[in-house]
Amino acid sequence: MPAGLFWFLAALSILAALGVVLQRNPVHCLLALVLTLLAIAVLFIGQDAIVVGFLQAIVYAGAVMVLFLFVIWLLNLPVESGPTGHLALKLFGTLAVAALLAELAVFLVPSRLQLKFSSAHAAGYGSIDALSQTLFSEYLIAFEVTSVLLLVAVIGAVALARRTTQAELQERKEASARVEKAA
Amino acid sequence: MVSLSWLMALSAAIFVIGVGGFLTRRNILVMFMSIELMLNAVNLAFVSLGSRLGTMDGQVIVFFVMTVAAAEAAVGLAIIISIFRSRETVHADDLTLLKW
Amino acid sequence: MNVEFAALALILVFPALGVIFNLFFGARLGRGAVNLVGPGVMFLAFAVSTWAFVKILAMPAGGALYCPLWRWIEAGSFHVELGLRVDALSGVMVMVVTGVGSFIHLYSVGYMAHDEDYARFFTYMNLFALSMLILVLADNILMMFVGWEGVGLCSYLLIAFWYTNPEFAYNGRKAFIVNRIGDAGFVLGILTILSALAHHGVWTLNFVEIQSHAGLIGTTAATAAGLLLFLGATGKSAQIPLYVWLPDAMVGPTPVSALIHAATMVTAGVYMVARLNFLYMLAPDAMAVVATIGALTAFFAGTIAIVQPDIKRVLAYSTVSQLGYMFLGVGSGAFAAGIFHVMTHAFFKGLLFLCAGSVIHALEGEQDMNKMGALRKRLPITFWTMFIATLAITAVPGFSGYFSKDLILEGAYESGHFWLWLLGAITAGVTGFYMFRLIFMTFFGESRVEADKLHHVHESPPVMTIPLIVLAVFAAIGGWVGLPEGLLWGDAFARFLSPVVGNFKPAVEASPAMLSAIATGLGGLGILLAYVCYLRMPGLPVIAAWRAKALYDLLLEKYRIDELYNLIVTRPLFFISDQVLNRGVDRMVIDGAANGAGLVVEAGGEAARRAETGNVQHYAFVYLLGVIGIVAYYLYLVIR
Repeated sequence: MPAGLFWFLAALSILAALGVVLQRNPVHCLLALVLTLLAIAVLFIGQDAIVVGFLQAIVYAGAVMVLFLFVIWLLNLPVESGPTGHLALKLFGTLAVAALLAELAVFLVPSRLQLKFSSAHAAGYGSIDALSQTLFSEYLIAFEVTSVLLLVAVIGAVALARRTTQAELQERKEASARVEKAA
Repeated sequence: MVSLSWLMALSAAIFVIGVGGFLTRRNILVMFMSIELMLNAVNLAFVSLGSRLGTMDGQVIVFFVMTVAAAEAAVGLAIIISIFRSRETVHADDLTLLKW
Repeated sequence: MNVEFAALALILVFPALGVIFNLFFGARLGRGAVNLVGPGVMFLAFAVSTWAFVKILAMPAGGALYCPLWRWIEAGSFHVELGLRVDALSGVMVMVVTGVGSFIHLYSVGYMAHDEDYARFFTYMNLFALSMLILVLADNILMMFVGWEGVGLCSYLLIAFWYTNPEFAYNGRKAFIVNRIGDAGFVLGILTILSALAHHGVWTLNFVEIQSHAGLIGTTAATAAGLLLFLGATGKSAQIPLYVWLPDAMVGPTPVSALIHAATMVTAGVYMVARLNFLYMLAPDAMAVVATIGALTAFFAGTIAIVQPDIKRVLAYSTVSQLGYMFLGVGSGAFAAGIFHVMTHAFFKGLLFLCAGSVIHALEGEQDMNKMGALRKRLPITFWTMFIATLAITAVPGFSGYFSKDLILEGAYESGHFWLWLLGAITAGVTGFYMFRLIFMTFFGESRVEADKLHHVHESPPVMTIPLIVLAVFAAIGGWVGLPEGLLWGDAFARFLSPVVGNFKPAVEASPAMLSAIATGLGGLGILLAYVCYLRMPGLPVIAAWRAKALYDLLLEKYRIDELYNLIVTRPLFFISDQVLNRGVDRMVIDGAANGAGLVVEAGGEAARRAETGNVQHYAFVYLLGVIGIVAYYLYLVIR
């Protein structure tokens, strides 16, 4: 990937990230996040990580962000009004963040991590073939466990978000009444 | 292509912005989005390093991170919905049940 | 010449068996069994003692029997082997203890016939005999101390025998605690000897071995040890300053007073000094202290005795006084004379107490002589035996006390202690006075007995009168083993003991006859005065008491020494214990620290819980700080 494209994408992603953090309206934050994700997806593709690049765009930006959007609309959230309190937290938080950034800036020091990027990859690097080779051999168990995790997550999400039926509400009322009497 | 340093620096910058957002914002959903930012910054770092080392391991890890992030987003949003149903708020200051 | 004689162990085994039997089976098997076993084991021990003593007599001079027991302490180069040793000195002592002790046990059968606690009584009496025998037969000073402590314990148990009475229990405690003060001195004395010897590489506490290495002990160490050990003796043998427990110990049963506080335990201090005669000979200053305190105590206690109304108290102070004589004897270097008086004193003082017990028994518990009188026709055996004992104690020529007391006074004069001799001689007069006062008030004159007790008065049963008669015989003739020089066989007793205690070397020339005459004369004067006061002109004592009221009260109140000790020792100690140690240290410091630890934790928790704000972002912030720290660490590693 040519250097110019990289710089463009870098600037874009940082601006979009700042947008996520600084916007008032949650929907605007979401849109900024989508932009960040897409920029990062292009960066992936630029480094010959074709599969994860497309997955990022389709799954992450496409599905997860849409889910977020649905929830925002479902809850019908108001726009945050003005800067709220917790000045102390904001101040110290920003300071700590700056410290972390300073630490991580070591990567920019030329004498450190001066690893030249070699764009010479083996043929088929980053393709589905290569990905599935590694995935189903070394990381097979992790793969299986992750699928179970997804199943559990589905069940959990459904159970948590479900409205309690009238019958359940009645049961809860009776149970708390019994506890009151015993105490 | 630029050196690995710049890619890592970009990843660090996005990560740090995500942290700042998490600490600063009051709206739970925006806090959630900051978490997603952090995860993506890390993904970028993994892919860059994997590409430099010429191995597929970085991308496999990103694959898993993506999967788990999706699952976590689903469950987390379900929790937020059920909190909202009982408390009618998603303001972080009102969700302090564990306070002493 | 030392001969091993394993049967010596039986002298200890028999009383030990008595203790076990009376303790575990006495109550169950009944009075008859206990009355048989209690005195029985004592007579058995007496039989073995006699056997051993006869063997000693048959051996050439300086012979001894020994019986090794077992190794007790093993600590590097210091080891203590327990063993028994009967030489001339301990032979005499063991005969006195088992002999007089057996008859007192027999007497107790009658005296305690109406008491429910007979099993406990004989358990304690046998235990006392066991301890005293350990003390006497020990071949090393540490084992002697074990016996020493044991008799102290039994003294406490027996004084407070009727413990339901708070006063009796208090007196028992008083005896034990005062003894304990002396015991501290005794232990320090042992340690002084041990360290003095250990300095030269000799690690032993065995009497024979200490004696053979006696040259290694310097004068300073010997004086220190001698004084410290003597402090223990003032406690156990009731001398100034630790005599205060003995008069109060009279609340115990009278056989106890006879055995422990007259015949045996209180003589342990004298025995100890005689045993360590070689040590004391190295320390003339210590001996001078011993003799001085002995003479002072003798006079002091005698003066208190002349006004006491309680019959047992007179005898108690008399015991303190006679013990003073014994220490005067051993302190002057006349060790044999001191031990001679131990023996004769056991006879006549034991007898005096038993007779007093007989009188008290006849009067159903009355001890005040003002309520006695004219009892000699009703209690003939008691009267005559008590009269013989009184003749002995007041040193009437021919009786046992005369010979022993004279030898002591002779020793005092001839070792140069003129003033102490004079004090002793005057005390002889005092002794004559108070003893005959006792006899006249109890047995002569008008009867002052209370009416309801008068017709119960009867002589004691044979089980009590036989011991009286036996002891009276010895009180009468027991002194004939130590006659003045030139008369018949002379001082056979001293010759017998000389291999162990050495020979007395006079420093000042004197005429024994002259000294004897003076002392006896003063004694006679005292008797005459008592006769006048209590038989001829009974009103005289009352008038004298009224005219010299302050002095009379002082004597009656035993110079208020108990009150003095209470003021300067007991009350300050209680004050320190309560105010300083209890309120101050215990409650404020220790409890404060313990409670404070809890309070600190509580306060810490109180402060720490404020970190639980419930706000997720606060938690994340802290987390972030941690991350910064870890990254910084790795940075540091990379940069180096």
